[in-house]
Amino acid sequence: MASPTQATGGFGWQIEDLDTDEMILNMGPQHPSTHGVLRLELRTDGEVVKAARPHIGYLHRCFEKHAENVDYPGVIPYTDRLDYVASMGNSLGYALAVEKLMGIEVAPYVQTIRVLMAELQRIASHAVAIGTYGMDMGAFTPFLHLLRDREKILDLFEWTSGARLLYNYNWIGGVSYDLPDGFARACRDFLDEFERITHPELMDLLIGNKIFVKRTAEIGVLPIEVGIAYDLTGPNLRGSGASYDLRKDEPYCGYETYDFQVCSGQGRYGPVGSCFERNWVRALEMAESVKIVRQALDRIEKMEHTPVQEKCPKRVKPPKGEVYFRTEAPRGQLGFYVVADGAGVNPYRVRVKSPCFTAMGVFHVLAKGMLIADVVALIGSLDIVLGEIDR
Amino acid sequence: MDLVYQLATQLYPAFATWPAWLTVTIAVLISGGILMTLVALGPIVYVYAERKISAFMQDRLGPMRVGPYGLLQTIADTIKLLLKEAIFPRDVEKSLFVLGPCLVVTGAFLALVVLPLGSRLQVVDLNVGLLFVVAASSLSTVGLIMAGWASNNKYSLFGAMRSAAQIVSYEIPEILALLTVVMIVGSLSLQQIVWSQAGGIQNWMLFRYFPLMHVAFAVFCLAGLAECNRTPFDIPEAESELVAGFHTEYSGFFFAMFFMAEYTEMFVISVVASVLFLGGWHAPVPAWQQIGPVGLGPAWLVAKAWALILVMMWLRWTLPRLRVDQLMHVAWKVLLPVALGLTVVIGGLLVIPATRDGFPWDPFCFPITLAAIAVPLLRAAFAARRWQARRDAELAR
Amino acid sequence: MDFAALHARLAARFGDKLVAVSAEALNPWIVVAPEAIVEVAAAAKDDAAFAFDNLMNLSAVDYPKENPPRIEIVYHLFSYQLRHTLVLKVHVPREQPVVPTVEGVWPAANWHEREVFDLFGVTFTGHSDLRRILLPDDWQGHPLRKDWVDPDFYNGLHVKPPTQMAERVAAGEPLGVGPFDQTPTNRHVE
Repeated sequence: MASPTQATGGFGWQIEDLDTDEMILNMGPQHPSTHGVLRLELRTDGEVVKAARPHIGYLHRCFEKHAENVDYPGVIPYTDRLDYVASMGNSLGYALAVEKLMGIEVAPYVQTIRVLMAELQRIASHAVAIGTYGMDMGAFTPFLHLLRDREKILDLFEWTSGARLLYNYNWIGGVSYDLPDGFARACRDFLDEFERITHPELMDLLIGNKIFVKRTAEIGVLPIEVGIAYDLTGPNLRGSGASYDLRKDEPYCGYETYDFQVCSGQGRYGPVGSCFERNWVRALEMAESVKIVRQALDRIEKMEHTPVQEKCPKRVKPPKGEVYFRTEAPRGQLGFYVVADGAGVNPYRVRVKSPCFTAMGVFHVLAKGMLIADVVALIGSLDIVLGEIDR
Repeated sequence: MDLVYQLATQLYPAFATWPAWLTVTIAVLISGGILMTLVALGPIVYVYAERKISAFMQDRLGPMRVGPYGLLQTIADTIKLLLKEAIFPRDVEKSLFVLGPCLVVTGAFLALVVLPLGSRLQVVDLNVGLLFVVAASSLSTVGLIMAGWASNNKYSLFGAMRSAAQIVSYEIPEILALLTVVMIVGSLSLQQIVWSQAGGIQNWMLFRYFPLMHVAFAVFCLAGLAECNRTPFDIPEAESELVAGFHTEYSGFFFAMFFMAEYTEMFVISVVASVLFLGGWHAPVPAWQQIGPVGLGPAWLVAKAWALILVMMWLRWTLPRLRVDQLMHVAWKVLLPVALGLTVVIGGLLVIPATRDGFPWDPFCFPITLAAIAVPLLRAAFAARRWQARRDAELAR
Repeated sequence: MDFAALHARLAARFGDKLVAVSAEALNPWIVVAPEAIVEVAAAAKDDAAFAFDNLMNLSAVDYPKENPPRIEIVYHLFSYQLRHTLVLKVHVPREQPVVPTVEGVWPAANWHEREVFDLFGVTFTGHSDLRRILLPDDWQGHPLRKDWVDPDFYNGLHVKPPTQMAERVAAGEPLGVGPFDQTPTNRHVE
């Protein structure tokens, strides 16, 4: 097999390119803190990074090609595996895109269930994001406390849909299983415990910790214009002070009827747009999601429970057309571009615009001039999941 | 050592007639050997304690399967490490690769010979004992750098460089904090330092010149944490950044050696801190020093050292780690000025006749400190009990 | 602005470069001539009435059966200031597809265009770093095209499922150097 530098077509950095005291450090595909199989090629002068180049593609599983070979409902399990940490959001985005193509409007009960599941998934996903970020910084304990609470959410999901991580839950026109009896009470127990114990402990132990703040509050500052130009979305952009949230500005699934706040970076400990701010936004969003889940549970108890699959078409054959639909996934704006040719039962093209893909695109800009330890902090604050980047 | 000498003379009277160099060598070897064996068994306890403490802090159970409550876990781990293949990666510098861990272990264990475990339980009572301890601990730095360089791995090199910078930087505030005690006692001999704290808990070095010695104790403990490469100062082995830092490429027995050296160094630092500030092998109340003919000195010293090790572990699982430059900032811009100031102030106070023996409010120092530690702990304990009772009531409904 | 106003304003500036329009689609689009896309993109970003500062998505779709066969490059634009969207398309021929890069207008396009190059084979002229992003650097071909056939081997690893390969070996097909030349015939395959 050709050597790696030859195989890159000469685009890799060669020894001849370096200055005398620079070195190429490879934070390679197997590394405890790159959140997946990501290769970061850093050109460093001692501990200071002069240039950075991320290499992705180690987890490419040909999602878009598979989507052309299975029928529309068959794509949903594949969408789960895109951002495997937050699966409910992926299938929701795809199902909403196809429903828009077909003109299907689901019942309010199904919409409320979808919102409930999406927000619980947001709490679970941010728990992983913040926990692993703390672990990268050396704080091992908040990770386990957050994962203990995430286990309770996963138990709720398993109770409802049968699976802990990849649910195949949001179907085109409905959801796969109705909420079981006793779900509301179990969910409320979890929310009480989370809101009263875990979340304050998290804010105290990790977010307010002086060492953590010193590690993260001055680095990786992302100005809003750069964020918009590089198409960063979600908590990454809101950490820079923007307050654009698709749930408020282009609502779907009835989000406009819920009462919650959009969290954005406030610059409490350092410049707005630093790594700390992005993490701060995620921590606050967990509390907001708790509010939304409580409202959804209250509504479910009062509204009429229609059958959850009554709007699911027997055969999904959208008319010829295309749609680009965005949803607010925990990592940013997840966009599905679905092209239907109107002739077959398979989609003609499904393109996923994943928020982490563009977030990695800005990495080489932010990493210049950082120390190597800060590179780890930066990657953690962008909250990337390689499944979504590589698809 | 003189205990061994005495025992040997009693058992074999001709022993005393041998040339001095021979008797001293044999006595030192025997006593040192016994001590090192006992201390080398320490990591077995510390690793288990660390795993259990971290587990309880993280709301999980820790090792439970190997033996009752996982008590045999470390023994199983030790057997595994000893039986593992010692992998030599390509292009490593073989001699340095092997020598590195040896030096690290030597540096950690060498400091044991002057630690006073009891009134007569000390391998050698050097009259420059404290200096010897500090010097011996510095030997590990050379070993670390050797290990990092010889591994032919950029991550190891990073870890070694960071570690060298860190240890060298933190030695200075550490020594300055020690100097305060040395000035008060007037001797570098560790046994002398312990004897000067005789008479009960109010005479311990920690409770003199309130609150200055508290600050000295804090500086010494922080610097000692950094010497042991423990979080929040564990950048050299920062698990999530450099895989395992300077010991990335080591496996099997060599890795066991690094592990043992780390825990032994923790023990050494804790014992030195206890000897200097917490009264050494003296009991808090003189009546508790002996049970009949059996002196409890070593037990008290080990108890104090283990309490400090417990605090070290507690800190590790609570705090994130400092970045390299922040580490240096703390050493040079925070700890060093404080330690220098302390040295100057305490030196000055010792010269003035009025404050030669301590501040006038010193006798109240011990109850205040005890209250300051015990009251929050007790409040937290009672709050936890109340919360647990409420939770049980809620779950039962 | 709604789509009709956007189209009118663009047509006023670039009348002949806008090849086609579809206003009835769910996301109405405008087809732009390939050589003019950079100009149109720059106008979309800099003109205060447009203010399309965000490129939401840049992707390609392969239409081999259309008349003429083409690859469409689709640009989904969004404006944070004025909160409107626009879809631009560029049609390129399937053999030798070449488009100028819009990386200078929206830096987000850098990685998107690399992906389109990787999976479709479209060359973006002026791109700073056009190389494969998802697939290995020595992969041959562009898989998301509709006429893609999986190769048999890649660097000695089999790409097709083992049962298929075993069937072909048992049928006597000489497959060359590969794992199945040494393995015995699968007993379950007749």
